[in-house]
Amino acid sequence: MKTLDKKITYLLSAGLLAAAIMVLLYMDHNRTTYNYSLSILQRSAIYAVAAVAMNLLTGFTGLFSLGQAGFMAIGAYTVAILTIPVAQRPSVYYISGIAEPLAQATAPLWAALLLGGLFAALLGFFIGYPVLRLKSDYLAIATLGFSEIIRAFIAAPMLNRVTNGSYGLKSIPGFPSTLMVFLISGLCIFLMVLVIRSSYGRAFQAIREDEIAAESMGIGLFKHKQMAFVISCFFTGISGGMLAVFMRSIDSKTFQIGLTYDILLIVVLGGIGSITGSVLGSFLMTAGREWLRFFDNPLTIAGVQVPLFRTGFRMVIFSLILMAVVLYYRKGLMGTKEFSWNGIYAFLQRLGQKRSKTRPGKEGGNDE
Amino acid sequence: MSSTILLQHTLTGISLGGAYALIAIGYTMVYGILRLINFAHGDIFMMAGYFMIFAMASMPWFIAIPLVMILTVMLGIAVEQVAYKPLRSAPRMSIMISAIGVSYLLQNLATYLFTALPRGYPEIPYLKKILHIGDVSASLVTIITPFLTVALTFLLIALINHTKLGMAMRAVSRDYETSQLMGIKINRVISATFAIGSLLAFIGSLLYFTDRMTVFPFSGTLPGLKCFVAAVLGGIGSIPGAVVGGFILGIGETVLVAMGYSTFSDAFTFAILIVMLLFRPTGLFGEKVTDKV
Repeated sequence: MKTLDKKITYLLSAGLLAAAIMVLLYMDHNRTTYNYSLSILQRSAIYAVAAVAMNLLTGFTGLFSLGQAGFMAIGAYTVAILTIPVAQRPSVYYISGIAEPLAQATAPLWAALLLGGLFAALLGFFIGYPVLRLKSDYLAIATLGFSEIIRAFIAAPMLNRVTNGSYGLKSIPGFPSTLMVFLISGLCIFLMVLVIRSSYGRAFQAIREDEIAAESMGIGLFKHKQMAFVISCFFTGISGGMLAVFMRSIDSKTFQIGLTYDILLIVVLGGIGSITGSVLGSFLMTAGREWLRFFDNPLTIAGVQVPLFRTGFRMVIFSLILMAVVLYYRKGLMGTKEFSWNGIYAFLQRLGQKRSKTRPGKEGGNDE
Repeated sequence: MSSTILLQHTLTGISLGGAYALIAIGYTMVYGILRLINFAHGDIFMMAGYFMIFAMASMPWFIAIPLVMILTVMLGIAVEQVAYKPLRSAPRMSIMISAIGVSYLLQNLATYLFTALPRGYPEIPYLKKILHIGDVSASLVTIITPFLTVALTFLLIALINHTKLGMAMRAVSRDYETSQLMGIKINRVISATFAIGSLLAFIGSLLYFTDRMTVFPFSGTLPGLKCFVAAVLGGIGSIPGAVVGGFILGIGETVLVAMGYSTFSDAFTFAILIVMLLFRPTGLFGEKVTDKV
């Protein structure tokens, strides 16, 4: 099949990127009208980072970890503690005061995010030693356990002077500009793509396919698993930090198991092993919840009130859709494929050839 | 700590442990056969609590209990039929994700049907009666729970060791495909396993919620995970192991709460899990393969 010239694909990508930035700038400019859509887009960008980080682990290395919420909590609390303005700290920590060394500690947002990621990565490094020896579901349950332990420590009264215990942290300054979320998320995802495409990334994929074969090809199993885990934790931490800045106030309940499940379902929806799938999935998941909001409102057709429509119905529909994807469309939206211009081109060509009847299909195509 | 208080806490711990043990059996049996962490089990337990609230609102307890028992069993079997059966030949990760999906669905369904506000659990006559033994006072349910748990465990072990169904279960858990070749109807055995698991989850919910008083859509999540830990602690696949694990966790948790570390009571459970997985992944009773179901 004919493929596109490389130059054209670059041009198309640049065009798409420029168009996306233009749209975002336009929305940012008319913020009063688009505030709601912008906040959906911001949230999906933040979730996308966490989803791609999970995909790096689950889809590309074959390690099923359920510790996302815990690592996000580490990132979120680091960023929150370092960025809350010093003047407002006494009012945030009004219950038991703030610990001495932290009272004056501040960092600019970028440094706080980086530090949040590094702390998460460091913890991942230590947790990795014991848990990465475990296989499939035991690994999942052990990481889930660690995530709950992290949460318990954050909520513990002994750490009241650091994390403000169960009262949570408030008055976190938001992002200085709306575009910054997309910029940081884009950068994080780009870096993860670089990792996946590097020789290390290929080693990860070899481990996913067959551990024994990979080992006999000279790939250090534990070293590479550890590396994938630490990298994933790093970016999960950053996305947690961004979530804290986005939400402006956090507490330990934000990082319950439900958050991990949300990210897992994003990855499943987008396709386990597809980065563009995860990005698409996080948008669909975040936006889908909002789109389905009309299910929550009472609906009256021709004077008759439709019985099922009331609060909570949308989440039922939403989980039914997810179950349908899990059961009948296990590959998710993208499978293990990536979005590529060549894929679209091939798709269009096929459309052209089969003039008679067009088959509904999805974008995407060639494995890069 | 005076001996009375100690005794009081031990009693509470044993009672909580009994409820945990009953739920843990459901996990261990399903894992033994399907190699699946049935994340939805905790939510079936939660749903049983809700069913009971509504049944008790309109009927006397001696009709409500059997009715809810049947409903819970049907829910358990339905979950298996809808969410796990189509994935028999799928990779294990898919089945696990499906289990998480079902758990998510059941929680959202409960939020939709019964709202997110906690609802009071009905008082079943006799169970709440307070008894005084010396200085220690306990409700009847607290005292009944451990005995009921042990009795049910023995009954279940007898079922597994001495009936045809039990033999089939042992065979399936040993080797899935071979037992199919030997003419065992796998789907029927798996349904039976889910039925027994759900039945015990119902009894567990009866004991657990009578003490806790309220049910809300997420009240199954944490007990569910803890009971899975109990199953791992005792050696996954082993029924006596799950019971012992349930009691250890229940007592440990109560002791921590009594000592004033209630925020760490959940972390304690998971710490036990991690230590166990590192040093003895087969669990306390894991070696006895014959007990596997």
